[in-house]
Amino acid sequence: MTDASPAGPVPAPDTWVVVPLYNEATVIGDVVRGLRERFAHVVCVDDGSQDDSVRQAAAAGATIVRHPVNLGQGAALQTGIEFALAHPDMRYVVTFDADGQHRVEDAVEMVRRARDENLAIVFGSRFLDDRTRPGLLKRIVLKTAVWVTNMTTGTRLTDAHNGLRVIRRDAAERVHLTQDRMAHATEIVLQLNRTGLPWAEQAVELIYTDYSKAKGQSLLNSVNILVDLVVR
Amino acid sequence: MWIQILLVVALLALGFVVLRRPGSDSHQALRRLLYGLFVLAAILSVLFPQWLSWLARLVGVGRGTDLLLYALVVMFFVFVYTQYRRNVAIQRQLTLLARRVALQQALEEERAAMTGSGAPAPDQSQAVTRQSDASPSRSTSSNPD
Repeated sequence: MTDASPAGPVPAPDTWVVVPLYNEATVIGDVVRGLRERFAHVVCVDDGSQDDSVRQAAAAGATIVRHPVNLGQGAALQTGIEFALAHPDMRYVVTFDADGQHRVEDAVEMVRRARDENLAIVFGSRFLDDRTRPGLLKRIVLKTAVWVTNMTTGTRLTDAHNGLRVIRRDAAERVHLTQDRMAHATEIVLQLNRTGLPWAEQAVELIYTDYSKAKGQSLLNSVNILVDLVVR
Repeated sequence: MWIQILLVVALLALGFVVLRRPGSDSHQALRRLLYGLFVLAAILSVLFPQWLSWLARLVGVGRGTDLLLYALVVMFFVFVYTQYRRNVAIQRQLTLLARRVALQQALEEERAAMTGSGAPAPDQSQAVTRQSDASPSRSTSSNPD
């Protein structure tokens, strides 16, 4: 598949892609295969899936890290980051959702930008351009999440709960997620912001398929996120 | 009425404690003080049954049993909050344990796969030391007693 693709010569050997994985058997194979065309190291952190996810991901060429019990996406992300950090030649961690809503090209572009502009963190944002068109309700939920994140972390992001991020090693070393469930998206922004390392946001497109829509954040779950953040 | 003021104050204090960052020691001290007060009130009520009714009338509640019910409601909220904190602490410990198991297994598998191809093995000690520096030191003090 790497037959002289237009933009990427060799799959990046110093970049680890971390994919938190929980019951995504129908899509994970394609997601991993897509990533493997451009990235040498794809790590799926299986969070206790009950379906065929692990076999599909492994068959597609991902390294599997298995949580013995289901802990939540935040916990899976932290495990994946620590797994990547265990490799001395790792320079960048890319976090990538398992449900197929991110574009691999966006991830490649973000890593390239981190290298070129010497950035420690690149956040993906679906609101920087108008490629992504979430529905009204989803837009309200996401914008509220952004607002809460910016209020609690002192950053000025345009998109909070976007699973696509590039984190350089020095920044990744300072991430210690304690929010096992979805509030980690805010927590990771807070911790990365505290590092004081240079960061940027980059426009990415989110592909809303019926599948990812069905899996996505519900309005009620944003209540959970708020409670998790406020009550500690 | 006095009882309304008392209940509102108690609930507000509870809300304040919940929102505040858990300064473990003072939390524990507060719990122990409350516990001591509870024991004292229980003994007094047994020795002088009228005492509770007297107190109830003093704060504007008709009967001692009503006062007991109100106190129970407040204590229930305290209980719910304490259990919530405890659950969070236990979940945290479970996460760290599960992560350690997951990393150890994955790195071992990777090393086994790599020794065949002769590539450099990943540094496992690094992952394990990182585990320990995130130990939930304050969670141990959140056990209700």
